[in-house]
Amino acid sequence: MTRWITCRELIDFLWRYLEGEVSEEERLEFEYHLARCPTCVAYMNSYKETVSLGRAAFEDLEAPAPPEVPEDLVAAILTARRSLPG
Amino acid sequence: MVAVPAASGYGFQGLHATVSWALCAFLSALEPMLGSRRLTESSTPSPSDAGAPPDESALVARLRGGEEEAFALLVRAHGGRLLATARRFFGCEDDARDAVQDAFLSAHQALAAFQGQARLSTWLHRILVNCCLMKLRSRRRRPEESLEGLLPVFDETGHEARPSRPWEPLEDEMARRQACALVRSLIGQLPESYRTVLLLRDIEELDTAQAAELLGISENAVKIRLHRARQALRALLDPHRKGLPS
Ligand SMILES: [Zn+2]
Repeated sequence: MTRWITCRELIDFLWRYLEGEVSEEERLEFEYHLARCPTCVAYMNSYKETVSLGRAAFEDLEAPAPPEVPEDLVAAILTARRSLPG
Repeated sequence: MVAVPAASGYGFQGLHATVSWALCAFLSALEPMLGSRRLTESSTPSPSDAGAPPDESALVARLRGGEEEAFALLVRAHGGRLLATARRFFGCEDDARDAVQDAFLSAHQALAAFQGQARLSTWLHRILVNCCLMKLRSRRRRPEESLEGLLPVFDETGHEARPSRPWEPLEDEMARRQACALVRSLIGQLPESYRTVLLLRDIEELDTAQAAELLGISENAVKIRLHRARQALRALLDPHRKGLPS
């Protein structure tokens, strides 16, 4: 008989389930709950989408053209460099 | 074990002179750690990242020779990208610019340690992330930041007080781009300690052990803080993405 975990337990430890850091027994408990609780499924899906959007959000910025560096910052860096040894 | 240079106790004016040698050792030990996938295996590389650029070793030689023009070239070629990265760590533009300046000056002093195995862009990126973390760590300890209102609330039976609803699917590339822009602005609203963990793990793609070492906290603390940061970001996105009640 699979133990019924609460939504709170599922959501608090969702990262362990998603990272595969759960025992076989715990995995079954998570899946038993998810099969019967649309609210937790909605939470898990939006959590996963948040993570993937977070990753995608910054990949966008990298390519193709790097953003310009302000000229006054270039000047400040060059000035600071002159005061360094070597 | 990687020795993380202690940031506390250093004034930032003295940073480059004081920690540059520690930083050199740190960076070579950090070789496999930072900024890996996006900068080296990006599917749409920028010209400076595509293949091994033939002129990079020439530039490195000029830099080692102390040529100011070569250094200016380096700053112009990489400064914008580094500034964009630094802005993720700091809400304040001045802090982001300081971190970029620290990074270039540290790079200048660490050029002798540059092996040429990594591209300059990757190497500079690692130095910058380290400078951002040192700058964050050097600030006086602030009281534990609160995620109040951004974590799920449960009733006494363990159910969500406000049950989650599915998000509307993102229908096309346009919607996805808008969602990405929204995420970029919302990450800035996260308290600093949570934003930093999220950036290191999900954006910089460090693993838990690496993030724990750089932040000086336990691996378990990294995992929990990352989970809360993602939960908080999810909560910030939720009003924009929630479907209609069924
Ligand atoms: Zn549930």
